[in-house]
Amino acid sequence: MAQFDLNINGKKHSVDVDPETPLLWVLRDNLKLVGTKYGCGIAQCGACTVHFNGSAVRSCQVPISAAQENEITTIEGLSENGDHPVQKAWLEHDVPQCGYCQAGQIMAATALLKNNPSPSDAEIEDVMNGNICRCGTYNRIKAAIKSASQTV
Amino acid sequence: MKKVKTGMGRRSFIKNVSLAGGGLLIGFNWLACKRAAEENGEEVAMQMPDEWFELNGYLKIGDNGIITIYSPNPEIGQNVKTAMPMIVAEELDVDWNNVIVEQAPLNLDVFTRQLAGGSQSIRQGWEPLRMAGATAKQMLLSAAAKEWEVPVTELSVDKGIISHKASDRSIGYGEIAKAATKIEVPDEIELKDNSDFKIIGTSRKNVDAKKIVTGKPLYGLDIYEDDMLIAMIVQPPAFGMEFKSMDAAKAKEMPGIKDIFTIDTYPEDMEREWSDVAAFSKLVVVVGESTWQVMQAKKALNVEWDLNPDLTHQMQILEKSPGMEDTGGLENSDMHTALMSDAGPAKSEVVRKDGDPESAFSNAARVIERSYSCPFLAHNCMEPMNFYANVTDEKAELLGPIQTPEFAEKSVNKRLGFELDKIDVQMTRMGGGFGRRLYGNFLVEAAVISQKMKRPIKLVYTREDDMTNGVYRPAYRVSYRAAIDANNNITAFHVNAGGITESPLFANRFPAGAIDNYLAESWTIDSSISTGAFRAPRSNFIAGAEQSFLDELAEEVGKDPIQFRLDMLKRAKNDPVGEENDYDPARYAGVLELVRDKAGWNNGNSTSSKGVAAYYCHNSYVAQILEMDLKDNEPVIDRVTCAVDCGIVVNPDAAKNMVEGGTIDGIGHALYSELSFKDGGVQQNNFDSYRLIRHREAPKKIDVHFVENGIDPTGLGEPPFPPVQGALANALYKATGKRIYKQPFLPEINAESRELKT
Ligand code: FES
Ligand code: FES
Repeated sequence: MAQFDLNINGKKHSVDVDPETPLLWVLRDNLKLVGTKYGCGIAQCGACTVHFNGSAVRSCQVPISAAQENEITTIEGLSENGDHPVQKAWLEHDVPQCGYCQAGQIMAATALLKNNPSPSDAEIEDVMNGNICRCGTYNRIKAAIKSASQTV
Repeated sequence: MKKVKTGMGRRSFIKNVSLAGGGLLIGFNWLACKRAAEENGEEVAMQMPDEWFELNGYLKIGDNGIITIYSPNPEIGQNVKTAMPMIVAEELDVDWNNVIVEQAPLNLDVFTRQLAGGSQSIRQGWEPLRMAGATAKQMLLSAAAKEWEVPVTELSVDKGIISHKASDRSIGYGEIAKAATKIEVPDEIELKDNSDFKIIGTSRKNVDAKKIVTGKPLYGLDIYEDDMLIAMIVQPPAFGMEFKSMDAAKAKEMPGIKDIFTIDTYPEDMEREWSDVAAFSKLVVVVGESTWQVMQAKKALNVEWDLNPDLTHQMQILEKSPGMEDTGGLENSDMHTALMSDAGPAKSEVVRKDGDPESAFSNAARVIERSYSCPFLAHNCMEPMNFYANVTDEKAELLGPIQTPEFAEKSVNKRLGFELDKIDVQMTRMGGGFGRRLYGNFLVEAAVISQKMKRPIKLVYTREDDMTNGVYRPAYRVSYRAAIDANNNITAFHVNAGGITESPLFANRFPAGAIDNYLAESWTIDSSISTGAFRAPRSNFIAGAEQSFLDELAEEVGKDPIQFRLDMLKRAKNDPVGEENDYDPARYAGVLELVRDKAGWNNGNSTSSKGVAAYYCHNSYVAQILEMDLKDNEPVIDRVTCAVDCGIVVNPDAAKNMVEGGTIDGIGHALYSELSFKDGGVQQNNFDSYRLIRHREAPKKIDVHFVENGIDPTGLGEPPFPPVQGALANALYKATGKRIYKQPFLPEINAESRELKT
């Protein structure tokens, strides 16, 4: 166990955990930021996607010791009132079915649009391919990203 | 207007939900309260009422006109949490923007069939939900009539405002609700004509959408209560094995670990509910402070396992066909394949026979025979199995994702010996269900662990636990034979179907009824592997097989595949064979004609390979046309056109979402997914080895068309899943020239494709 100082959604947090503990479980168990989901734990599903200094990463693969002193944004910190253009596009297209994968999808999509404000269909598919949606909302995700791309 | 008897005495109907909650609600206020209007992403300032008035168990009305409607059934992503309250709101005649939706707890005094299964929530909820809204409206109207001393027939309602034109008076539901609680529950009420619907048939956004996109706690896995510990299980490494002994000394010393012990989820003398399916009853349990700590301790444990050759598990849902010898022991996929190939001729039971199939086959000009098979599948809900339990001496509180709360409550009653009224089961929103959460073994495990720890616990399955301790989609096989005469007529049809551990046969479905000489046979093989319902049980395989076979037959007799089916359906409609046929040939033909027209089946411009299929299940009809090309030996699906007849569509855009999802899910499982066994062990335990469909592989476009016929609504969660597998197989044939008889399809067309591409 050791002390780690974290910067999450612009707030300072300090946790006392095993240095190997993945960021995912610190977010969920210690900080109760449960919007970041567990789906596989092995970098295969994308449910745990957060922003790490602005890039999309899988929080199940980031040991907390590596998270220190970096800027981390979770779905809870994406916007103040849930009104980020990507979140709004998700509502407009009524994307979710069960909804479990969607926080990860949204985090992946926002990072994509930051780097590439008007992605082609193929670019969207390539970047989003790492995020599984078991319910099969892929077409709506793509439509929502395209809507959002006109506003971000 | 349709008059219906409410058939509800005041006592049963009026019992309210807060009573049902029994005061057991713990800190779960995040499960509640969602104003419907927030769906649009607009913040709507909502004044909470000072007082609520409960007119019946489905709803309550605030003194300011805000309405809370309880959604009775579990929400697994099929969107009933929006659709069911819409139906109540319709008959109540309120403004949807003034509605708050809450998930109802299990309460059988008020609600019927609180279950997510068989695509039946809307179909079976249709009348009770309408009645709940209409009854309350009637009481509100009667109260206003009484207050104004005018006949109730002179009153009208719009969006929760009652008006009396003659005297130019009006009053809101909120103001009259208190008086309405004093009105007797009417014996008879009037339901709206379909043409008067204002909410049903209009698209309303998912009531939880805002919470979902902002990451609010909604799911069982999101529960973190004070004093709560995390529990995980360690299960045998293979089906056919059981616990022998363990050395937990080292693991117990690890940081955060509270205890390590074994439990027996279902002791031998316990009478099981049908939902109590679990291959591994005796489990090792690790309890600790945090998820990561418990995961580490699991790895440090030393557990020895024993072979148990007698372990077999049977599907408990259906009447069984005569079984083969139990396979038992440590099973392999090769052995499953061999057993299933031998089973058909060896041990089949005739389920239906029309005419004289034997003579028709011996007189045939030619006979076509084909066999199809599929592997086991894991449900792989995105949210792995989990449950929160707080069991004290007095009561058992259970909260989490469960499709069958009623059965779960009975199981806990039997397992812990608690009276039913001391057990409180509540449902969270679920990260998928697909049938896996019909089987509440994880809920019973959570209850047993909490009782032993005397602490609230949350049981969490890792993805690996979830995938290797499943209640899997059975492996199936079906053989079809068709007799064709010299004039290219199909004169006899023989279907022989079975599986491990159930048969996928539906003997009375199409093409039964369309062919004079028809024979349907069934068989099963027992196994040590636990199996159960998976989205569109049995149909999820046999639809694709049957629709592939019909495609081959159409080609064999030189007919267009759609016309071939339509001709058979015409026969089934005009001069049906047998009396047990359980489909409506006209509605069946209707979706085929609709999909043919919408997809432009007969316009020859498109260069892509097309396949068609249609199927009836869960009381609904779906036809799909899939268009694809091959690129680097992998299918690229350009478009799927879907025609759906599920009667009245309550929430059209959400229904479209469901059809899109079912279509993608059907394609994905048919093309890519497989769960195989070696020495009893599951060979795939996470998404690196178990392949699910991903963004790049989804169809580029999915068009959905609903038949508008005003018939009462039927199922939708499952029906789009099965036929698309047939449409895919038939399109793949056009693209490759090769018929495919085995799922998953991809390795059949591309041997190198087994590797996962991410
Ligand atoms: S949980 Fe991190 S990628 Fe699946
Ligand atoms: S919405 Fe259910 S997993 Fe994506």
